Order: sequence, then C-alpha cells, then structure tokens
Amino acid sequence: MNNAPLLELRGVGITAGDRRNRRTLVRDVDLTVAAGETVGLVGESGSGKSMLVKSAMRLLPRHAATSGRIDFEGRSVLGFSRRELSAYRSRDVALIHQDPRAHTNPLRTIGDFLVEGVVAGKLLGPREARQRACALMAAIGITDPEHRLTQYPHQLSGGLLQRMMIVAALLPSPKLVFADEPTTALDVTVQSEVMAILQEQIRERNLGLLFISHDLDLAAAVTDSLAVMYAGTVVERGTTAEVYSRPLHPYTAGLLACRPSATAVTRLKPIPGRPVSAYEVASGCAFAARCPFATEECRKDRPQLRTVEDRLVACHRVEQIGAELAQVVHS
Amino acid sequence: MSVSTSAAGVPARLRTSWRHPATALAMTYVVGPVLTILCASFLLFAVLTLSPGDPVAQLLGPHASDSARAAMRVRLGLDDPLPERYWHWLTGALHGDLGTSLTYREPVSDLLAPRLLTTFVLVGMAAVLILVAGLVLGGIGGTSPRWRPLVNALAGLGIAVPAFVATTFLISVFAVNLGWFPTGGAGSGFTDRLWHLTLPAIALSIGYAAYLIQMTSSAIGEEAVAEHVLTGRGRGLPGSWVFRRHILRNAALPILTASGLTVAGLVAGAVVVEPAFGIDGIGSLLIRSVSAKDYPVVTAVSALIVTVFVVVTTLLDAGQHLLDPRLRKGR
Repeated sequence: MNNAPLLELRGVGITAGDRRNRRTLVRDVDLTVAAGETVGLVGESGSGKSMLVKSAMRLLPRHAATSGRIDFEGRSVLGFSRRELSAYRSRDVALIHQDPRAHTNPLRTIGDFLVEGVVAGKLLGPREARQRACALMAAIGITDPEHRLTQYPHQLSGGLLQRMMIVAALLPSPKLVFADEPTTALDVTVQSEVMAILQEQIRERNLGLLFISHDLDLAAAVTDSLAVMYAGTVVERGTTAEVYSRPLHPYTAGLLACRPSATAVTRLKPIPGRPVSAYEVASGCAFAARCPFATEECRKDRPQLRTVEDRLVACHRVEQIGAELAQVVHS
Repeated sequence: MSVSTSAAGVPARLRTSWRHPATALAMTYVVGPVLTILCASFLLFAVLTLSPGDPVAQLLGPHASDSARAAMRVRLGLDDPLPERYWHWLTGALHGDLGTSLTYREPVSDLLAPRLLTTFVLVGMAAVLILVAGLVLGGIGGTSPRWRPLVNALAGLGIAVPAFVATTFLISVFAVNLGWFPTGGAGSGFTDRLWHLTLPAIALSIGYAAYLIQMTSSAIGEEAVAEHVLTGRGRGLPGSWVFRRHILRNAALPILTASGLTVAGLVAGAVVVEPAFGIDGIGSLLIRSVSAKDYPVVTAVSALIVTVFVVVTTLLDAGQHLLDPRLRKGR
C-alpha cells in the first residue's frame, strides 16, 4: 500500500455538448478522500456534484469530457484500460444512486441484482455471493432475506429497495463508496433509517465515503469534512465541524441561514437570485450576483481557493466579512 | 373499489376462486380469446349475409324455376333467423364444413386446403425475412450511433414505399430483367415452391420489416441509456453482460409485441401481394370471392384471418406475461 489518498481529484473540469456549443459544467475542482474518511459534497442542484462523481467513475455520457487528474490510490482513473476500469468499478468503488426504483432493472430479481456485480467480476461464486448477500441483509435489519432474493423491485418499498442498493454496493467490499443523494427520493420517515444504516456500515468497515447532498445538515451529520460547491467549483473546503459552525464563504453562510429552524417558527431567508451553472459565469466570482457582500473586485476577478484559518475558501473578502457572516447564520 | 362492490352478494368462496391465479389465467388466455373469435365471426357472418346479392340466383342461374329456387332457399337455410343460421354455420365450421362456394360449387374447405399451404409457406418465408432483417438491422441501429442514421433512413424508406410499388420493382428487376426468379405462380414441390415464393415473400416483408427495424432500434436505443443500465456499468459489469441481461432483456418486451403484430398481420398482407404475383393462395381467393360475392368463401377466409390474429396476440400476451414479472399477479 502506498500513502496516496484513496481518491484525489486535481484541477478536474467537465465540459459537455458538441463542438459548436461546448459548456463548462465543472471547473477546476480539487478534492481528496483519504482511506476511511467521509467527505460531504454539498451544493444546489446543477452545481455539478453528480457530474463530478460520475466522472470519478468514468460514467459520464459520451458527449461529456473530463480534464485534469483523477487518481485512485495513486493510479490515474482517466488512464485506465477497459479491463482496469472494470476491475476498479467492480471492487474498488461503489455508487449508491439517488432513485433506487429507476436504478434497478424491473425485470430481474433482487437476488440477481445483488450478486451480479461480484459474480460477473468473478469475486465470488453465485452460491457464496447469495449467502453473503443474505448475511449482509440480515445485518442491516432486512427480514426474511432468502425470500427477498426471489422478489422483484416492484414488490419492494423505496426504502427497502435503497437498502438493497446499499447491500449491493457493500457486497464486493469496496474501499470507497459514492453516495449520490441516497435518501433524496425516499419518504422523510425512512430517510433517517437508511442514512443510519449507511453510516453504520461505512464506519464499521472503515470505508471512504463521498457523500453528495443538497442538504447541508444531513451532510454535516455524517461526514468528517465538507466541500461546498457552487456553479461547478468548490467555494469552501474544511472540516465539517468548522465549516458547519463558522462558514467563511457567503454562499455556505447563505445555505446555513436558509434552513428552517427546528426550534423556532421564523420566516425563511432564501438566498436571493437563482443558482447559476458554470457556463453562465463570465468573469469574476460566480456567486457575486447573489452575494450581499460583493464588491467591484468580486465581479471582475475570479477568486481562487486560498487557505484561511486551516481551510480553503474562494472569496476575496473573507477577512472583512467574518463578523457579518456569523450574524447571517445565527440571527 | 370495483372488486368489492361488484362482487358484493357473491359468496366469499366463489369470489376467491374467481381471483385464483389459475382461473385468472384461463380467463385471460382461453375464455377471452374464444369469446373474441366468436363475436368477430358472428359480426362477419351477419354483415356478409345481410349484404346485397341473391346467392340462389347466383347458384341456379337466371333461368331456374320458382320451385327449384324455393327448394334451394330451404336447403341453404336462407329463410331461417340470423342466430340460427350463424349457429348452423358455426357448428359446421367446427366440424370442418364451411359451406359451399357459390362460384366454384365446391365445399369451401376443399378450396381452402391447397391454398392454405401456399399462403402459409409465403407468410412463413416473409416472417423469417422480417424477423431476421428487423432484429439484425434494428439491433445494429439500436447499439451503434454511427449506423443509426442509415438504419433509420432504410426503415423510413421501407415504410414509405407501398407494397404494390415494391412488387412491380421486384418483378421488373429480378424476374424480367435479371431472370433470377419466375414472374408468377406458386410452383410445385418444396424447392420449386420456395424459389417461386421468394420474390413475393420479399415484397410482402418490406413494409413490415421496416416497421420492426424501427421498433427494435428505438427499443434498444432507449434501454441503452436507461438508469438501471448505468447502475450495471457502474458496477463494472462487462459490456456484453449489460447488453444481454439489461438492454436486450428489457427491450425484448416491445420487440416481441412488434414482431407478433407484424407476423399476425401478414395473412392480411398476402391479399395484396398474392394477386400481383399470380399466386393462387388465400389472398387471391379472398379477392376473387369478394368481387364474385361468394359469401361462404369470404366468411370462411375472414374468420380464418381473425382467428390467426387472435391466436397470435394471445400467444404474445402469454409471452409478455412470462417476460415481465410486473404483469404476474397473485403474489
């Protein structure tokens, strides 16, 4: 084993479209996930979170292209041969999708779905794979696992199906799990249950987790560190505790401020304006148009990520607005 | 709601037996189709007996005596009420007696038997051509974005060209100019028959094959970008595995339906192609009998076409039932 982090993204950009109309979806993202580390990737829809994960698994559609470096344990994912890519996807990483209903084949049994990854990858024989799947199902509290193997996706509830997705992801014993909004498509009542199961399994096995969510609270509850994305770039990165309690970027502060309070009934404070995509940003800070602290400099120069108090922030005015930001969040 | 209210008053035991899977299966695949055939044949019979024209005059000619006419009316049962006449026809048909042709003065069954063989060889050859061309070209169009435009253009052309134009073209090129195939007739003996029926089978299959190419191509193309296919690729499944078990397996449902409906429609399509090639099959017989107002023959051939259609669609339903677990009830 080398000392390289599990996953390392450096200067990753994603563009999509045809030759005449190429659009930037993700711009210059740096991100690392160390072994056993849980990282949250937070941002509004359209900020490029899912695209980033898909590019890390090389699952982007044909018309999208990735630039920069994506390394897994020091090996370049973008340079993988077909065989290496297949091995990487089947045993090193696993992806839990947002909508379990759409992401399972309605015509195949749960048993087929659970074991086909390890069976096709020749990690386990069919019989052993089924036994392991049953054991894993029992471990996360799914009753009557033998019977579940013979059922079809349409016979299972969304929550149960998402738990099957977790079983399928964990069965090959991957080192890193990508969870792309794993509870967003579920009822609120089953969300926390599924989340608890995922978190427990990740911890028990000491796996790396890249958790993608639009929900800052949820991400903060399950991760060690956070990366906040806006318009295809990371605007703030740091340990979860610090980012969550004392955001330095106005966008992070805005996200925290616009959550409904659990204790007091108050009017919500939305971030003014609408979220923009990376290709809409001409020059300057992508968030400038919605930022209450924006100056002429913000509109002209794109701020780079820089280290401020042990974390990375892409904002020109971090030093000046710290006190005001605290007020935004806590008022 | 419908189940409980409509079943109110029915003893509980009967109600459950009604919903028993075996009963439901028998209803769907035996009782339903038989009722459909009965209704359709009654409608056919009623419409054709009520159409203008006097069968007695046709049979006996203009110079027959009144007593001979009256005797013939009684013998044919022309003065009986319609339900009785239908019953008479139906029981006869079930015993192989389809009545007597008004123009040939022969039992209809004797007219049908030799022509059935010719038509079924023609339809069988066309069906093979349609399935092979449809599935192969459709498969290419569905899987390869490079070939898709060409395949779609071919399919569009095939659908746009009317059968009689294709017929004329095939005869003039391959029969008259090149002399590879005979210009008409059905031939005798197995190989000679195949040789004679090749051009007609091609002419018959063009439109249907084009339709099947389009259906297959779009079904495969749609499944290939389905989310559950992305799941499979993300798990490192080999491309051939994903294609077989997730793309083709799921696309098989619409492809099966399209294949079945085209083949079921072929008998009706033979009506156009057979006369054009001078083939004395069921299609030519139907055309001649319609213009000669030979209603017993028209009724028999129409009932045959309806029966073939209903049987094929029933088989299709059963096939769908086997292929799609979501259609299976009683679990």
